[in-house]
Amino acid sequence: MTTELLVKELVEKNGRCRNSLMPILQGIVQKEHYLSEEAMLSVAKELDLSAADVYGTASFYTFLDTVPRGKNVIRVCKTITCHMKGREEIIEAISNHLKIKVGETTHDKKFTLLTANCLGWCHKGPVMLINDEVYPELTPAKTVEILEKYGKEQ
Amino acid sequence: MNKYLVNLKVNNMPVSVEEGTTILDAAKKLNLRIPTLCNHPDLSVAGNCRVCVVEIKGARLLAASCATPVSEGMEVFTNSEKVRIARKHIVELLLSEHNADCTKCFKNGNCELQDLASEYRIGDHVFLDLVKPAHKIQDISSPSIVKDDSKCIRCQRCVRTCHELQGISALAVTNKGDHQKISTFLNKPLNDVVCSACGQCINRCPTGALTERNYIEEVWKAIYDPTKFVVVQTAPATRVALGEDLGLPPGERVTGHMVSALKKLGFNKVLDTDFTADLTIMEEGTELLTRLKRALVDKDETAILPMMTSCSPGWIKFQEHMYPELLNNLSTCKSPQQMFGALAKTYYAEKINIKAQDMVVVSIMPCVAKKFECERSEMRDSGYQDVDYVLTTRELAMMIKQAGIDFGKIEEEHYDSILGESTGAAVIFGATGGVMEAALRTAYEIVTGREVPFTNLNIQPVRGMDGIKEASIKIKNVKPEWSFLEGVDLNVAIAHGLANARQLMEKVKSGEANYHFIEIMGCPGGCLGGGGQPIPTSPEIRKKRAEAIYSEDAGMPLRKSHENPEVIEVYSKFLGEPLGHKSHDLLHTHYKPRKRY
Amino acid sequence: METKLKKVDIIFEDDKTISPIGILEKTIKRSADEIILDLIDSGLKGRGGAGFPTGLKWKFTRNEDSEVKYVICNADEGEPGTFKDREILDRVPEKIFTGMAICGYVIGAKEGYIYIRGEYNFLLKSIQAKLDKFNNEMKQKHIDFTIYLKSGSGAYVCGEESALFESMEGKRGEPRNKPPYPTVAGYNNKPTVINNVETLVYTTMICHMGPEKFKALGTTDSRGSKVFSVSGDTPIPGIYELELGMPLNKFVEEFGDGDAKAIQVGGASGHCVPRKKFNDTIIGFEGIPTGGSMMIFNSSRSMYNVLHDYLEFFTEESCGQCTPCRVGCQQLLKGIEAVKRGERSPSYLDDLKKLTNTMKIAAKCGLGQSVGNPFNSIVDNFREEIIY
Repeated sequence: MTTELLVKELVEKNGRCRNSLMPILQGIVQKEHYLSEEAMLSVAKELDLSAADVYGTASFYTFLDTVPRGKNVIRVCKTITCHMKGREEIIEAISNHLKIKVGETTHDKKFTLLTANCLGWCHKGPVMLINDEVYPELTPAKTVEILEKYGKEQ
Repeated sequence: MNKYLVNLKVNNMPVSVEEGTTILDAAKKLNLRIPTLCNHPDLSVAGNCRVCVVEIKGARLLAASCATPVSEGMEVFTNSEKVRIARKHIVELLLSEHNADCTKCFKNGNCELQDLASEYRIGDHVFLDLVKPAHKIQDISSPSIVKDDSKCIRCQRCVRTCHELQGISALAVTNKGDHQKISTFLNKPLNDVVCSACGQCINRCPTGALTERNYIEEVWKAIYDPTKFVVVQTAPATRVALGEDLGLPPGERVTGHMVSALKKLGFNKVLDTDFTADLTIMEEGTELLTRLKRALVDKDETAILPMMTSCSPGWIKFQEHMYPELLNNLSTCKSPQQMFGALAKTYYAEKINIKAQDMVVVSIMPCVAKKFECERSEMRDSGYQDVDYVLTTRELAMMIKQAGIDFGKIEEEHYDSILGESTGAAVIFGATGGVMEAALRTAYEIVTGREVPFTNLNIQPVRGMDGIKEASIKIKNVKPEWSFLEGVDLNVAIAHGLANARQLMEKVKSGEANYHFIEIMGCPGGCLGGGGQPIPTSPEIRKKRAEAIYSEDAGMPLRKSHENPEVIEVYSKFLGEPLGHKSHDLLHTHYKPRKRY
Repeated sequence: METKLKKVDIIFEDDKTISPIGILEKTIKRSADEIILDLIDSGLKGRGGAGFPTGLKWKFTRNEDSEVKYVICNADEGEPGTFKDREILDRVPEKIFTGMAICGYVIGAKEGYIYIRGEYNFLLKSIQAKLDKFNNEMKQKHIDFTIYLKSGSGAYVCGEESALFESMEGKRGEPRNKPPYPTVAGYNNKPTVINNVETLVYTTMICHMGPEKFKALGTTDSRGSKVFSVSGDTPIPGIYELELGMPLNKFVEEFGDGDAKAIQVGGASGHCVPRKKFNDTIIGFEGIPTGGSMMIFNSSRSMYNVLHDYLEFFTEESCGQCTPCRVGCQQLLKGIEAVKRGERSPSYLDDLKKLTNTMKIAAKCGLGQSVGNPFNSIVDNFREEIIY
């Protein structure tokens, strides 16, 4: 589906008004992993907002990325409690496995590695999200296993 | 609606104000000034800079006085120890993320942050310097506006201006936390986004984050160059505002002083955009009548109504971005500035025997969009760039100061001739409704042979500061050649500020409106509130400038454009007739659609 | 170890004999004023952290004259160290729906929204399914109230109620000026009750069991119980519903690893209590109030790292609009770094402490106002660790 069509569909579904902006942007990110220039322009047109306004709103929210991201966005919780339980080892394991640093995307565009503020699993850290799925109580070995599973998916 | 009176005390002084009044305004009533930065009389309340915090007895938190309504029995302290410490901290914090290289700043001496820093005697910075190196790279992509993020204090006045007054939102707040900034769509350069170049953001920026692209040095260089013949033109609205930047109160008319100062600066000839304002009326008035005839008599579908004025380059750029489908509604007349440039380097150059390539045309404008306009590729009909440099009213004031001219004490002088004569109709171009009034004074007389039926030619219904004004004028007892207009109600509308323009355009687009002629000025109040006018601006200041404009008009011996002898002469000796072949080549233009988003 | 703290089971109580929809049906047979009186009588205060009396909030909103009103469940749980709302949303969402519907009945609202943080998107499917069922049941029973889900996208400050409204309205989550308060002008500028997830469950349970049982728990200032999120250096991290008003030393005895040197009560925006103050600290509105986050640090932990982590968090998560918060957070963060590196003298910490006072009284919302809590309590109690 083209971006323009996707936006039209999301506008139909959520309503053509400012209050629908968040669900529309969320819907685009879900499908396309980030908000492209084209996507934001389409949204601006559909909702009769300025493009800067759409961008300004999107850029406020950590999950509404406006730079290209991989198919699977990994967000490792960086809050102190996860840190105490070995966050660094997890990031290292991911970095070594995918050959990317925090903030980077793999060449095949399959993975992006990011950190996030508290994910709400302090009793079961370290924790990461891959897209919307949550993986608590990580160890480096377990992390690699999870990544391998995602790696095999097409 | 009747409002209750609320009684409170500010610094132990009792005061009664209407309910809903803010603490800030209640304090004002007691002549207590509370400092503000994000607050602006033209804009909605933000309450984000926090320098206006005050203490309310019994409250744990300080309150932003700009955003807090009074309540009965409230006891407010505007200068308690708590308040003073907090306010000083806030100024220090703002300075810590501000490139405080004041001596090198274009706004040095006219900066609200600098004033506060000075008031609070902020000495050595207590806090760490947080200015981001990336922010020190200025955006100079626009021919009109320079954006310098390192000077930005995030008060968001520009964002609210662009949204609330201009209906554009080319600027927005982006990101959050320490990355928050004022930016454009995807951080693109200003020249690549929907910016109208109106510069209203500059008028409301408290610091040097938004300024005009200035051409002061270029103009000095031209003046000093013996091979150049430098002529200067002055827009109508400059003469009622320049004084503000030179120590005079708002609303002073300084026409003669301005002319005199310009001569002292070394311009070879000091001429008047008012002359081409009168010329615009001849061209645009004729264009309107022709369109009316084509539409009403010939039923010509290419004669598009309502016709819209085209003097305001910010409005034109806005229309090119936002309503490209309505570009054919625009009058094809160039703005007075550009008519002047085109005539200066042809008709005038010939008259005074100067080669066009040796002539430098400088404009003094209340506008920054004019800087953009003069660089448009369409504006080279003389074979050269018709207008070389545009200076704002503010830049002219700086030049006058640099030259050591004691503005208040110099003798008044007259504009040079030719291209210096004008009428009251031209002066009122500077106020919203003025072009409409000037056009009606001439068009009505052409059609009926009589003056417009308003006392002293003052067409009150088109004056004033309402965002959108509408009027209808019945045309009666017309001359035989205009018989198709007999009994017609000429419907006109006027908007100023692009948010109002947008409302009007929506009405036109929907077909709900039945106007014949629309005047739009890009800036609130018209050119007198232009993006190049002295800072600060406010409804009160603009009102005073408007009064000055109308009294200038009232005092002119000639008040109708078609009576301007130099205009009559230029037609008889050079142009032929309005909308004639030469006019078409030199005085008219076309428009192009631009990106909507 | 002998259990000294009273464990309570109200929130997650799994009594098959009662159904949330049954509580709803039973409750709305009573008058709205009676329900409000019960809530006021119970002493229930908001469980999100600010602690405003819930009954009063409902009463104020009920008193507003407006055709349209809203009930909003604040499930934007983002305070570091807090994860109790996720558990509640996951395990007993019907009790939340019921609380919202009761509130709708009391204040005269027909629409409710649950704003769930984007980090909990994995919960949406199951909650939506349960919500559809609940909405249907209400329809069948002719209860004119519908609940919708809205989801956030990663912005801590949206937990601030007015920022949450802005976000729901499709805007940047920037807190508004107050007044007006949500009870007068909240979502879409209509009178709105916004309650935390846990608070709404308590309202359901108070309506079910009466105010007396609830009131019997806790202390005069802190009635009832509360769900705590326990993490950090503890052998038994997790969710615990405990009576309010407990002394911190009892808590440490039960949950610490025997070497606790500090407890961060109330998450990153809360207070750090050092070992020497465990004995005379009460967890409750009379002592240290908390949204439920209890982070335990043992003596192997660097309190500089803890503070640095918190300040980084606030620097990133400040909405950025107001000066004290946007610039203040950065100054505090860079300030302790400069002291650590020796670029500023230790006395600079005192300048920064004064700054936190300005932030506390001059910032626009609770976020900026509370950054001083962790800063001062950590700097005061662990100054050496910050400097050296």
